[in-house]
Amino acid sequence: MAETESNSSVAKTAAKLVVLAVAMFAFAVYVMPPLYYVFCDILGIDPRGSLVAVDENSEMEVDTSRTIRITFMATNNERMPWEFRPNDAVIEVHPGEVAYTSYFAKNTTDKHMVSRTVPSFVPSSSAEHFKKVQCFCFESQPLAPGESADMGLQFYVDPNLPKSITNITASYTIFDITEVANEQKMTQR
Amino acid sequence: MAHGPAKGISRWLFTTNHKDIGTMYMWFSFAMFLLGGAFAMVIRAELFQPGMQLVEPEFFNQMTTMHGLVMVFGAIMPAFVGLANWMIPLMIGAPDMALPRMNNWSFWILPFAFLMLASTFFMEGGAPNFGWTFYAPLSTTYAPPSVTFFIFAVHIMGASSIMGSINIIATVLNMRAPGMTLMKMPLFVWTWLITAFLLVAVMPVLAGAVTMMLMDIHFGTSFFDAAGGGDPVLFQHVFWFFGHPEVYIIILPGFGVVSQVIPAFSRKPLFGYSSMVYATASIAFLSFIVWAHHMFTVGMPLAGELYFMYATMLIAVPTGVKVFNWITTMWRGSMTFETPMLFAIAFVILFTMGGFTGLMLGIAPSDIQYHDSYFVVAHFHYTMVAGAIFSLTAGIYYWLPKWTGKMYNETLGKTQFWIAFIGFNLTFFPQHFVGLAGMQRRVPDYALQFADFNMLSSIGAFMFGMSQLMLLFNVINTILAGKRAEKDKVWDGAEGLEWTVPSPAPYHTFSTPPQVK
Repeated sequence: MAETESNSSVAKTAAKLVVLAVAMFAFAVYVMPPLYYVFCDILGIDPRGSLVAVDENSEMEVDTSRTIRITFMATNNERMPWEFRPNDAVIEVHPGEVAYTSYFAKNTTDKHMVSRTVPSFVPSSSAEHFKKVQCFCFESQPLAPGESADMGLQFYVDPNLPKSITNITASYTIFDITEVANEQKMTQR
Repeated sequence: MAHGPAKGISRWLFTTNHKDIGTMYMWFSFAMFLLGGAFAMVIRAELFQPGMQLVEPEFFNQMTTMHGLVMVFGAIMPAFVGLANWMIPLMIGAPDMALPRMNNWSFWILPFAFLMLASTFFMEGGAPNFGWTFYAPLSTTYAPPSVTFFIFAVHIMGASSIMGSINIIATVLNMRAPGMTLMKMPLFVWTWLITAFLLVAVMPVLAGAVTMMLMDIHFGTSFFDAAGGGDPVLFQHVFWFFGHPEVYIIILPGFGVVSQVIPAFSRKPLFGYSSMVYATASIAFLSFIVWAHHMFTVGMPLAGELYFMYATMLIAVPTGVKVFNWITTMWRGSMTFETPMLFAIAFVILFTMGGFTGLMLGIAPSDIQYHDSYFVVAHFHYTMVAGAIFSLTAGIYYWLPKWTGKMYNETLGKTQFWIAFIGFNLTFFPQHFVGLAGMQRRVPDYALQFADFNMLSSIGAFMFGMSQLMLLFNVINTILAGKRAEKDKVWDGAEGLEWTVPSPAPYHTFSTPPQVK
């Protein structure tokens, strides 16, 4: 009698613990990744800056008292053979002033390839103030063998940029996502 | 009702007896300890002199990775589970573990996990080489093909740990003898209860981390891949959310062992029992909210660095409570210094040193200097070797007479202690200095000015390795030729239900529960 009572309480304890274990697994796979990006957003440390386009704000005042020097960099991720470089190495802008620049990319291989570019900013606190009206990093870029393209970037620097920041380095890394893009095409069919 | 063990190999394959399973866990973990130790010997042999000596850098990376994985998951954790299997039912007056069949299973899947992990050495591209922390993208984009076997091995180890922990919690919560209230439980049982909760909570997170890696590698997801919109830093957060509780999983049962051994040889009850319980629980809670102190250099906002720094400092409070309680237990006790006590005292001293270097590392601005240097290696070996291995050794010597009914060779035990103690300090103390001076961890070569300290380190490591063979010899010698332990209560200062059963402990104990006053 006491035996069965203790058996059922053991089963209850074990069942609760199994639920805890399964819940923690789900937490790791389904909750932690989105939560991570939420925290990045709140803390303003998303090093890529937002990958969402902002509207051009015509009402915005241009702060001509400050000049921000923006250095553009290009990095090829490992095993990415394309030619990839900024068309302007340095641009100087006033906060609030909309500027346009572009990056040059050329597919040097004999294969059809798809690329994707991910930006990163130094200092990292400038990332949220680097507003992209239009950016090639929002989309993937397919190029045929030997084809080249100028990929546009229209942006402005938010006048709320901390006073201490006078230089921003915008670094774009280009990735080869041909395989992933092909797989997605297959699944879409 | 009473019957002995089955004959032959089937006794071990099909056993549901907590003592048999505990024994198998102990032997298995010792085998893994020797394997992981062999990897460490390769590392120290390569670092004996500057320049490339014995092995290729690629193989060196596999050695550091596999040394960490095997020691953490194969040696320390199963050894403590073995102690738990043997001692928890004896300490709380239960006839066996609550879920004996699952107990058998949780042990027997373990050898297969490690067989699979070890088999990666013979695969194309070699064994995992990305460090035991397996940071993405080293473990995804740049990993050898054997990483898939590593992932499944981790899954199996995780399943084994989770089942073992569920069993321990179910046993402790449901099978205590009448009168054994929670606050009367021996501290070893308490620390294991809390450890088991940590394991059930974080081993699934580890499983989740490797599952996401698996998806990234084989199924085109981009959890940790920047090209697809993921972030490698996310991996570090998930990993250390598991990893920091994991380091307390490794040390808390050690705290428990030491809290049994020190009172026994001081002939005084443990000082501040309830504060010990609350300190253990606080450490367990804090372990969940400090993980990013492993990642100070990853580029966190200032608020994050400050939060994780202060939360980390907070852990020193409950840990300090424990250290002072052990010292106060010894204070004015009639102390004797048998081998278990020597290891326990060395544990208190050396673990405290590891704790202090931990505080240094917990200070965000100075961590940036110490990060990924040999200072970190010295720190965590003071906590894991002098912490977990010394307390395990203390526990083995302390309970061996109860397990075997025979006394070990005290002279050999003490000799082993001194060789281990000197060897350990010779190995790891100089690493503080070379680390502060800038020697990086996980690199097979180093600058010339570190040569002398590294040679000392290597000599110490060979000494420490040899001392473990003496432990093996002493245990085997005890089983085969030890003097009979005269009394049930082997140590006159020892307290607890485990000393009320005969030595050696019969196959079945507490078939009728004892009454605890």
